[in-house]
Amino acid sequence: MVESRYYGQYGGSYLPEILVSTFDQLVTAFKEAKNDPAFWEEYEQIMSSYSCRPTPLTFAGNLTEYFGGARIYIKREDLNHTGAHKANNVMGQGLLVKRMGKKRVIAETGAGQHGVATATMAAKFGFKCTIYMGEVDIARQRPNVFWMERLGAEVVPVTDGTRILKDAINEAFRDWVTNMDDTHYVLGTACGPHPYPEMVSYFQSIIGREAKKQIIKSEGKLPERIYACVGGGSNALGIFSSFLDDSVELVGVEAGGDGLNTGRHAARLASKDGTVGIAQGFKTYFLQNSDGQMQETHSVAAGLDYVGVSPILSLLKEEGRVRFESATDREVLDALSLTLKKEGLVPALESAHAFAQAFKEVPNLSRDDIILINQSGRGDKDIFTIADAFKDPDWQKFIQQKAEEYRA
Amino acid sequence: MLESYLRNRLKKKDILLMTHLVLGYPSMEDSFRIIETMVEAGVDLMELQIPFSEPVADGPVILHANQMALERGATVKQAFELAEKVVKNFDIPFLIMTYYNILFKYGVPRFVSEMAKKGIKGSIVPDLPPEEGEEYFNAMEEHSLSSILIFSPTTTLDRMQYLAGFAGGFVYCVARKGVTGSSTDFSEELAGYLSMCRNTTNLPIALGFGVKEKKDVDFLTQKADIAVIGTQTIKVIEKDGIDAAGDFIRRLR
Repeated sequence: MVESRYYGQYGGSYLPEILVSTFDQLVTAFKEAKNDPAFWEEYEQIMSSYSCRPTPLTFAGNLTEYFGGARIYIKREDLNHTGAHKANNVMGQGLLVKRMGKKRVIAETGAGQHGVATATMAAKFGFKCTIYMGEVDIARQRPNVFWMERLGAEVVPVTDGTRILKDAINEAFRDWVTNMDDTHYVLGTACGPHPYPEMVSYFQSIIGREAKKQIIKSEGKLPERIYACVGGGSNALGIFSSFLDDSVELVGVEAGGDGLNTGRHAARLASKDGTVGIAQGFKTYFLQNSDGQMQETHSVAAGLDYVGVSPILSLLKEEGRVRFESATDREVLDALSLTLKKEGLVPALESAHAFAQAFKEVPNLSRDDIILINQSGRGDKDIFTIADAFKDPDWQKFIQQKAEEYRA
Repeated sequence: MLESYLRNRLKKKDILLMTHLVLGYPSMEDSFRIIETMVEAGVDLMELQIPFSEPVADGPVILHANQMALERGATVKQAFELAEKVVKNFDIPFLIMTYYNILFKYGVPRFVSEMAKKGIKGSIVPDLPPEEGEEYFNAMEEHSLSSILIFSPTTTLDRMQYLAGFAGGFVYCVARKGVTGSSTDFSEELAGYLSMCRNTTNLPIALGFGVKEKKDVDFLTQKADIAVIGTQTIKVIEKDGIDAAGDFIRRLR
């Protein structure tokens, strides 16, 4: 039987017959692991020794003073090994792969963070590893390709469709329907058929569990609002999950691209352009046309450039539990610039969406309030994109010199 | 009814041929000519794929055909118009093959009723397991259309029996793991799998994925009722043009 799980009307398990038995096995393995207290202990142990958990909660004193509103705290997922929250999911699924006795992992990647994280996990656990990455994303995140290959993974450029994240997911599925016997697909976000949305949010819930304890410890109370960027939705669900029953306003920030009215964005929930559909094995809001064909998305942040969104977030939007906003590419770069200068922190372009929205709202909050921003990843990987956006002349000169050296 | 048509046809032929094409590739006009050529060459039934932007079960050749059709502006409306035209012009059963989002966005009952109105005999929706398909299966039953279900080599005996309970027309047995278009080993193992499929359903059985030449069709004769040729006809047409598809099909049996 195909075991399905819905979140309201969203989610499900729209599988081709060839994968039904593979999902049976995965659902069972995940259920057993979840019910085994030793599994979560092992997970926390490995996240504290191999990654940097618990990640700190940093008080952003200068930004707080600058805006003169609520006290700003930043959850530092950028301090994970490989520089993003992606490590949480990947190590969890890696432990599950060991339980299932599989020897090879495959993954899609957009910004490359999930690909790099998967490649490190594969190296550590001794799995073979293939990463699918859209050609467009390879061009904008080349340094991550370098690292994946150094880590021993094979990186396969995806040249079909829009050549970004969704197309990489399709290719990973095509690999999986051929090689499911020894291969596990490490899906990088809380999307896809059951059990992925539940499983990925489960591993990412470590963010919120820690953040809640930390904020209570330092401030003695819960924050007024929490901000997280939303691509597929895994870092947002990770931090939100521990606060769903509290009176904390949760704000998901999608990629506004050139602006919601330009059609060039990736805002499935914050814009009026998203409609319910079924693709890549699950039902949720997608950016699609009236025939159901998926549309091109746009964002300066490759990791937010996805056509669908977690079914769990679609329900939380419908219930009004999470408010969805968007930040444009321009706003994101400004927020990044300010955070660099005021706090010496380097958020990834993805994470900077959460900062941008928080900065719009924080001046209107009281000085007694607290807000929490999830810095889901670090921005070092974005050096080429950020340098281009800032039109940094010295950087351009350096790249030209470097190119000359290679030519010689 | 599709099943009785197939039974009658099987009295005269040892094995039937089903071919496939992507509507709108290379164009809607060419799609009509391809269908005409294939019917004249003697195919017994055809599946018409409505293109979708995310065809996860398809390999590179059919994936590319889907993309090109969409780039050239193929719509669901045009696909139905062409389907109606071919049903009127040619006297073989036509099926629609597409992914579930196409039905879902159109409205599942409306889509199924449209198929019935156009004279389509059934459909194949590869990403819709029965557990998720109540609305679809009810609508198909209401309009007496055949829901073609898929068996795969990873499907357990229990599940084959479960799926058989929803199936109509015939059962589409996928020859191997993987996507459309890769090569298939026509072996004793495949013969064993086909006999397992045969034992779990009273419907005729079709075998698809990797069927590309006469030798494959010969192997399948007696073991399956229908040989499905998908990717290979697209390759033949891409290489040698539409007329070559007719010769290719005539040489298959």
